[in-house]
Amino acid sequence: MGQASATTGGLNRWLPYRIRFEPRMKEVPAWYPLAVTIGAIVVALFLGGILISLAGGDPLRSYAHIARASFGNLGVFSDTLVKATPLILVGLGCSIAFRMKLWNIGAEGQFFLGAFGASAVVLTPLLPPESPTWLFIPVCMLAGILAGALWGFVPGFLKARYNVNEIITTLMMNYIAVAWNNFFIYAVWSEGGFQMSRMFSRSAWLPRLADYAREVPLFRGLTVHLGLVFGLLAAVVVWYIVYRSRWGYEIRLIGDNPRAAEYAGINIRRNTILVMMLSGALAGLAGMSEITGVVHRLQGSISPGYGFTGIIIAWLAKLNPFAVIIVSILFGALILAGREIQPSGIPKMIQGIILVSLIASDFLLRYRVRIVRLVEEA
Amino acid sequence: MDPIIILQAGVASGTVLLFATIGELFAERAGVLNLGVEGMMLIGAMSAFSIASATGNPWLGLLVAMLAAGLISQIHALITITLQADQVVSGLSLTFLGTGISLVLGEGLSKAGTISLLPNFSIPLLAQIPLLGPIFFTNQSILVYAGYLLTPLAWYYINHTRPGAHLRAVGEHPAAADSLGVNVQGLRYFYVFVGGVLAGLAGATISLAISPGWFSELTTAGQGWIAVGLVIFAQWDPLRAAFGSYTFGALRRLILDIQGPTTLLGLRNPFYYNPYWGFFLQMLPYAFTIIVLVIGSREAVRKRLGAPAALGTPYIRGERGL
Repeated sequence: MGQASATTGGLNRWLPYRIRFEPRMKEVPAWYPLAVTIGAIVVALFLGGILISLAGGDPLRSYAHIARASFGNLGVFSDTLVKATPLILVGLGCSIAFRMKLWNIGAEGQFFLGAFGASAVVLTPLLPPESPTWLFIPVCMLAGILAGALWGFVPGFLKARYNVNEIITTLMMNYIAVAWNNFFIYAVWSEGGFQMSRMFSRSAWLPRLADYAREVPLFRGLTVHLGLVFGLLAAVVVWYIVYRSRWGYEIRLIGDNPRAAEYAGINIRRNTILVMMLSGALAGLAGMSEITGVVHRLQGSISPGYGFTGIIIAWLAKLNPFAVIIVSILFGALILAGREIQPSGIPKMIQGIILVSLIASDFLLRYRVRIVRLVEEA
Repeated sequence: MDPIIILQAGVASGTVLLFATIGELFAERAGVLNLGVEGMMLIGAMSAFSIASATGNPWLGLLVAMLAAGLISQIHALITITLQADQVVSGLSLTFLGTGISLVLGEGLSKAGTISLLPNFSIPLLAQIPLLGPIFFTNQSILVYAGYLLTPLAWYYINHTRPGAHLRAVGEHPAAADSLGVNVQGLRYFYVFVGGVLAGLAGATISLAISPGWFSELTTAGQGWIAVGLVIFAQWDPLRAAFGSYTFGALRRLILDIQGPTTLLGLRNPFYYNPYWGFFLQMLPYAFTIIVLVIGSREAVRKRLGAPAALGTPYIRGERGL
């Protein structure tokens, strides 16, 4: 790196100071990235507060409400974890794709397809309705994973074979997935003309903590379901793949330096397809977990944008699988509380502001910002 | 189902894509990929509609839409040009931000009722041309005509003017441009701004002219992303961008209209008798975008055409590289 001291253009011509960016030569201390991340979130909440008051709301009350409505007691915290469950899986899916610099923006569609796959098992029906839960769960998981992986395969294949930009294809696949599900909701599995399928039979539901309230009274009313376990296990699996396996080494090398990976004889095309499929499979599993753990029927509104939030989560977690869990819980809280906040766009806006300030803050990790007097320079 | 009417409406709806596509094309020719088009369009559509309904003046709405989207594009410019962050992530976050802000500020706007829209008119003489007249020059919005002017102007500007040469240099070989005294970072800021202004114009075209109103995220329904895809299909050429935009506009229109009549080409219209097939029709614009990208990518490989060489990379003076 040469003498890269970029300055902020024309802005500072009126000021007696000049802002200089100097590239960091040394590694930053370990606490520094975390401090910058937290700082960025604080700044984002502050900016969000300004916008909320511009829109006629009360930012402090909105934020206090978010905190109370999502961490206030065991019951709402359980609801927060329920919202966090699909986010963990989707966030993991995004993080492994982003690790290879594959921009899978299609988690939302893969989520919908996963929900479709699981529903198909119950509604087609691929399994008789009186099948036991221990049979339903793995078959539904498999169907959701396969459907999500298929939805990831298409953009992965097009990228590997024809070098088609995966950002656009994954996005377009989102819209196709929604229309696909709608067709089945309206035309095939519609119950009595309503835009939803019939309720799944009880044995196709993922077990919830509340189901064991008779044995453990503390669990009464707790909605946390088995999907959370899928999420936690998936985090371990993804961590193992990325940091401990040969495949993960290939993924990281391709992401950091595709040319070096090619010289090392790594098959980039094959990995492109495989990683997109794994990413789609995780999002598909999220869809399966949501449909069998929470919604219990196929309908149109099964996701308040889980797939897109997963992108932010992966980024916020710096692609670390365990950080994905923590960030997902925070965003689960935001989504849970956001339902009651007016105007209803606030959670989405806050997500956007957090992401923007986070990306901007990355700069502080790479550069030192120095404010110098112009006089000294001259 | 009159084909002339569908094409006429297709040109109108293609104008939205045209503005967004050409705007993105300018930013990308300067080397900055901006995936925030969808968000900027929503900002444009929301502010145009809210200003127009508050003041009763659609022109003011149009102006504010362009400025607001231009302004928010500068966040992306700051993050990617000065702070040198990843353009993909920054653009994505701009879409989140734009969507969120327009949802918050646009709350309640869908109940605003009717507002005065930008004028529609026919062009005398040109409207008399058989076939082309009714499609292109009869009872179209003034913005549609603005689109006809923008396309050749953009093409001429990029390929045959001095500032256009600077634009291309900044996107293809910023170091060389820099050594010739071209302000690389300044021009990149400027063209990201141009992209934002045109995306805002695209949004305003929806909410003030083509399908008036504010329907939250459904106002744009992914057209910003289609525009990003069209830039690739157009291989960064405004004329191809116009062709792609109008074709897509006509397709979107056809999908809306094809379910109406009971007969189609003298046969029973299957889309009328099976209304649920409409969901498959809804997939078509998105599926076509993918197909178009595949075709575009293959063609680019064959003709050795491609993206501006410096697309996606920040320029730091003194650093080796492009």
